[in-house]
Amino acid sequence: MNVLNLVHAFFGDGAHWHGYDGIPTRLAEHVTYSLEALLIAAVIGLPVGLVTGHYGRGGNALALIATAGRALPSFGLLVLMVLWIGLGLVPVMIPLVVLAVPPILVTTYEAVRTVDPSPVDAARGLGMSEARVLFRVEVPVALPLILSGLRTAAVQIISTATIAAYVGLGGLGRYIIDGLYQRDYEKVVGGAALVAGLALVTLLLFWAAFRLTVSRGVRRSA
Amino acid sequence: MFAVLIRIDAVTKRYDDGTVAVDRLSLDIPDRAITVLVGPSGCGKTTTLRMINRMVEPTEGGILLDGADIRQQPVDSLRRSMGYVIQNAGLFQHRTILDNIATVPRLLGWSKQKARGRAAELMERVGLDGSLAKRYPYQLSGGQQQRVGVARALAADPPVLLMDEPFSAVDPVVRKGLQDELLRIQDELGKTIVFVTHDIDEAIKLGTMVAVLREGGRLAQFAPPAELLSAPADAFVEDFLGADRGIRRLSFFPADALELATGPLVPLDADAERLAAGADAPYLLVTDAEGRPLGWAEPGVPLERDRLLDHGRPFRPGTDSLRTALDGAVLSPTGWAVAVDGEGRAVGVVSQRAIGEAIRAAHGRAATAVEAAR
Amino acid sequence: MNGFFDLPSDLQYSYLGLVGLHLREALIPVLAGLLIALPVAQLCARFRWIYPPVLGLTTVLYAIPSLAFFVVLIDYFGQSETTVMIPLAVYSLVVLVPGIVDGVRSVPKETLAAAEAMGFGPLRRYLQVQLPIAAPAIIAGLRVAVISSLSLVSVGMLIGNQGALGNMLYDATTYHRPALAVNSVLTTAVLGVLADALLVLVRRLLTPWMPRKGAAR
Repeated sequence: MNVLNLVHAFFGDGAHWHGYDGIPTRLAEHVTYSLEALLIAAVIGLPVGLVTGHYGRGGNALALIATAGRALPSFGLLVLMVLWIGLGLVPVMIPLVVLAVPPILVTTYEAVRTVDPSPVDAARGLGMSEARVLFRVEVPVALPLILSGLRTAAVQIISTATIAAYVGLGGLGRYIIDGLYQRDYEKVVGGAALVAGLALVTLLLFWAAFRLTVSRGVRRSA
Repeated sequence: MFAVLIRIDAVTKRYDDGTVAVDRLSLDIPDRAITVLVGPSGCGKTTTLRMINRMVEPTEGGILLDGADIRQQPVDSLRRSMGYVIQNAGLFQHRTILDNIATVPRLLGWSKQKARGRAAELMERVGLDGSLAKRYPYQLSGGQQQRVGVARALAADPPVLLMDEPFSAVDPVVRKGLQDELLRIQDELGKTIVFVTHDIDEAIKLGTMVAVLREGGRLAQFAPPAELLSAPADAFVEDFLGADRGIRRLSFFPADALELATGPLVPLDADAERLAAGADAPYLLVTDAEGRPLGWAEPGVPLERDRLLDHGRPFRPGTDSLRTALDGAVLSPTGWAVAVDGEGRAVGVVSQRAIGEAIRAAHGRAATAVEAAR
Repeated sequence: MNGFFDLPSDLQYSYLGLVGLHLREALIPVLAGLLIALPVAQLCARFRWIYPPVLGLTTVLYAIPSLAFFVVLIDYFGQSETTVMIPLAVYSLVVLVPGIVDGVRSVPKETLAAAEAMGFGPLRRYLQVQLPIAAPAIIAGLRVAVISSLSLVSVGMLIGNQGALGNMLYDATTYHRPALAVNSVLTTAVLGVLADALLVLVRRLLTPWMPRKGAAR
């Protein structure tokens, strides 16, 4: 049994391209879950990371929270959430967000905290408000690292969002879980290839975002 | 002499851990002049500077700007009215040179176009080539970055310029260039500049007034540099000034009072009669057809161009100081210094002894002036 | 009602037995990953052109969901511990390589030249100069690898109860005993936090020259 043959067979099968269990549907579901989870994690992680990084305080507390977040097993958390609050999207979102917040939080904190202090001092001395100092001076310089934190989070979410299928939801995990129960390895491998492909596309998108948003002055002096 | 623009009034800064950075410091900072705060590390000079734009708030005492307490206006608008230059320039690496300089005008709400136009003017003023406008800071040398820092501070034409060790991170040659440039800009603009440094030579070169601070943030002496060199207030100031303050003080005495001897000047093609006229001088200064010095010759020896002694570095009586003249005499193999005019033509020679007499006379005049000022 | 730590008999292990199993299934792969990562990273640091393709490959491997990895391996190794441990070793490798490469590269050229000048041979130089200087980066990588490995073992439950503490999740669902799930999640998390703390301690012991000042990592 050759993995490449399986991939080829999976994508060559026309039946995999239509309907509620077709690749377009599953892909769209997967992207939706992933984006939702990333958005929630960013809404939590970015502001906290930016503010703590700006004031350079709370690093130890953040490290503790981040370690705890990483230590919670996503799959176990999913099962526990389903037992507590029943099936649905919420029990899936919770482990995904718990997974994604630590890299966003810690990287953003570190990125802002380690910005060269002398431009920041100059900015204050020239009369920028604290908010301006953060968004006009610190964030543009910290952006490459902040983006890398978001990227790590995004790739982990995409890979882990497959567990949604275990609790009856859709997404690319459907192929893997169904394939497991049906002993259909073609499906499993096809699903895995799709997830890996989606992760690669995500990396590409982050690379494009980096090129678009990071100033040439920062890119080159890094 | 000058009106007072910034009055630092019995200011103390005590940190939470009990260390006193500045201790009941009072200084009247004159308008349109360079005031240098100098002292060893831990003397509170930077803290004092940062209290003027409220980057640090004093524990006690207050600071008046043009008669009004600086706490009366919003902190951001106070800072925008004061240029701020720091060590390593602190440029924004994500912005082009032009946009770095346009920072404060943009903060003040100028249009992008107007702010950039102003920034371009300033690049020229601080001696930066216009082709650098679209570059980023990483593409500039340390000296160029520091010029951008000065331009950025001047962009909104603030009356006050605060400079915190702005030139300490560049090499000595570049530093001298930046210092000369600052003096030139100050001649044109007449800002009130507060300048912090740990380098006493820099303080003496740049300062109209120099405040020497000692550890613990107390004022040791506040005086013009010449007075500092001639009459240090105490052993600490004397020690801080260094061993050769006598020599350095000569920088403040112009060389134009020196009596120049013209007898020993002879052209290379001089005839016997001309040579005989200078025969009683210990040495003859041989010049070329335009009158530029070529070198020294002993009287009575036939003039031959390649047997002349080196004439050392000449000084210009109108612009140079006694220090330059003395230096020329000390370096000259004959013990005589050569004076030249703006075109480099020899106008006379002067001996070490004559320079020594001029120094004594200058000391006497300076002492009288200090007495009179008191 | 059963006690919190009394487990249903079909799990075939006591609570502590599951903890031991979990640690074994999670840590052996990390160790294997480290042993492979060291020479790979050394190669990447030596021959710079290898690094980008290696980085690309590892990123793809990292993106493959663990469950898919497990399922594919069932065909080769059956529903066994090995099937769970191989993907975990691959993930560890992926996490460790970039960190070690950066760590090894961060050793200043002057330091290496000085070591060579003092007569260190290549092996001795690697063991006594490069590795210790790269130690903080290696341990930073190990922290991520260990904690994610501990978390991923649980997924092994889906392939014939090879998930150690994760197997409690199956029983939690079938017997509807949420306490078993709470136990599984908390125990795994506590193991992760303890392992992490242990690694921080090891780093402090190994690198007494590093400044202690707290930075979140």
